[in-house]
Amino acid sequence: MEGILNQLPIGLSIGAVLLLIALGLTFTFGQMGVINMAHGEFIMAGAYTAYLLQDFADRNAVLVALPVAFLVAGLMGLILERTAIRHFYGRPLDTLLLTWGVSLVLQQVARDLFGAPNVQVLSPTWLQGALGPMPYNRLFILLLAVGSVVAIWVYMNRSAQGRRMQAVMQNRQLAATSGINTGRVDQRTFFIGSGLAGIAGVALTLIGPVGPTLGTYYIVDAFLVVVAGGLGQLRGAVIAALALGLLNSYAEFWTNASLAKVIVFAVIIAFLQFRPQGLFVLRSRALT
Amino acid sequence: MRNAFLRTAVGAGLVLALAACGGEPTESTTGGGAAAGGDTIKVGLLHSLSGTMAISEVTVRDAELLAIEEINAAGGVLGKKLEPVVEDGASDWPTFAEKANKLISQDKVATVFGGWTSASRKAMLPVFERHKALLWYPVQYEGLESSPYIFYTGATTNQQIIPGLDYLKEQGKTKIFLVGSDYVFPRTANKIIKAYAAANGMTILGEEYTPLGHTEYSTLTNKVVQAKPDAVFNTLNGDSNVAFFKQLKSAGVTAESMPVLSVSVAEEEVTGIGVDNIVGHPVAWNYYQTTENAANTKFVAAFKAKYGAAKVTSDPMEAGYNAVYLWAEAVKKAGTTEVEAVKKASGGIALERPEGLVTIDGETQHMYKTARIGIIQPDGLIKEVWNSGEPIKPDPYLKSYPWAGSLAS
Repeated sequence: MEGILNQLPIGLSIGAVLLLIALGLTFTFGQMGVINMAHGEFIMAGAYTAYLLQDFADRNAVLVALPVAFLVAGLMGLILERTAIRHFYGRPLDTLLLTWGVSLVLQQVARDLFGAPNVQVLSPTWLQGALGPMPYNRLFILLLAVGSVVAIWVYMNRSAQGRRMQAVMQNRQLAATSGINTGRVDQRTFFIGSGLAGIAGVALTLIGPVGPTLGTYYIVDAFLVVVAGGLGQLRGAVIAALALGLLNSYAEFWTNASLAKVIVFAVIIAFLQFRPQGLFVLRSRALT
Repeated sequence: MRNAFLRTAVGAGLVLALAACGGEPTESTTGGGAAAGGDTIKVGLLHSLSGTMAISEVTVRDAELLAIEEINAAGGVLGKKLEPVVEDGASDWPTFAEKANKLISQDKVATVFGGWTSASRKAMLPVFERHKALLWYPVQYEGLESSPYIFYTGATTNQQIIPGLDYLKEQGKTKIFLVGSDYVFPRTANKIIKAYAAANGMTILGEEYTPLGHTEYSTLTNKVVQAKPDAVFNTLNGDSNVAFFKQLKSAGVTAESMPVLSVSVAEEEVTGIGVDNIVGHPVAWNYYQTTENAANTKFVAAFKAKYGAAKVTSDPMEAGYNAVYLWAEAVKKAGTTEVEAVKKASGGIALERPEGLVTIDGETQHMYKTARIGIIQPDGLIKEVWNSGEPIKPDPYLKSYPWAGSLAS
């Protein structure tokens, strides 16, 4: 019985991890329609940022790394958008191949810079221990996810930039004719989306491996959350991440890890049969 | 428009250039195809240099290159220098088979050193048997195999897993939980462990598998903690170990309360897991960087000199390093690189290696090896706490263990 109860906070924390890795994608994939296969590598870049900052901040590197990783991954995203992706807007398949290639290159770059083996990121001593069944580092990730969601919500709904971003997402042509520089909005969206991946990477150093292939372990889950939640929908992503986290938690508890993956995929496929648009649908009058 | 196209082309070129420098000096050291009669002997090295297994296999290749370099510095084999042809198995089992085929048919190598996962070995096995070519496989594995064209320089089950169980039993740990990656090695290993447990009064409280590359272990940890075992027998492979130990530690499990005995975690992996998260847990191998003998002092010093002082040496690396020397010794004894002659000459070859005396068992083509149980120390190295006293005769089919009768079918 205790085991079953424990699965509830575990499910929430799995959901928080899913949410963190998917948040950035709700921007780049959800709003701009860019299938960015290199998103996982931006997560990896965030994790390695925490690793490098250990020289300066020692065990508190994880904290210091949060803003730095946001900038590092954000800049990487910006460079990718400026040099390559913007030439491929409206060509999703080409973008997919392009970003997949970029992800392979970035993995190899990481392997050459940091070596093939995983590196060690020490977690802060104040994150050791647990509150009941919930380890402090999981709690930290949960709070980080909540914090990120709130920050994004405020940005999107309360700032002029965020509202312009929404305008472009809802109707690109109309936004452009209203005088919004859509190219600049795209840059900003991509910067923020990639930066969020960096933050996720920092958080993942607390619970997972830090190596060149880190991104590949999370990229599929990230896309699942965005697709199930509905493209570009913040609340969709939140609900989908938590639902998938809980589903994962209980499916694995009652069966096993391999079967739980099958169950989660099966549920998502079935769900998309009924709601191909995901949980929430963007209402728009754009002619797409 | 022309401008945009130009920039795209430049961008693509840049990506390609990056990919090219990313490739390391690994592939195609060869010039033409068939240079078998020259003044070098080609040998193939086939490991995953990319993908999820690269974390482990790259260092085995490094150790094999070191052995080749040392042998060449000492005059080579049969008066000829060894020329390594390195290929990338890319953590993809069909690729291993394909590259093995290429090394044998196109590069005409005298032998191949390669593989890590059992899946990659099983994929390559038919290729080597079809071409009657030799593979030296350097990693501990699940046993129950003895191909006439493979030499197994890592431990088979009676040289690692069974000594590990003997150790747990000696420590009074009789209630065991099994955790492993979902593929052939852990599943076969656990079959053996369950048979051992049934015959030795041990109870198996649970058995859980996770896909390779799995990183979410909170549910599994919860299951293990609820079952309250005395110890966990861990056959996870690759990056999953990092996630598992990190999440086990944050769930409050310590080496004192519930030791986790691992058979795929060596010095290399300890750094990535974080010493903090795994200190005090036992591991079972045949070699540690701290193993004391003259051959090991020399090996550790040479490895650090070539690859950097911060590098550690581990069991699979040592087994790969040994493989090159054992093959070279068999070639010298046979007087030729011809496969059947080398096989015939190999039986009984005994060399003092970093792990101690290693003897080739001609019948099974496995090695006599000393089993060693170690505890992970705060400095990240492993201290031996128990060994089998003498090299154990390899018994891949466990014929000498009455309780294992049903397994070897």
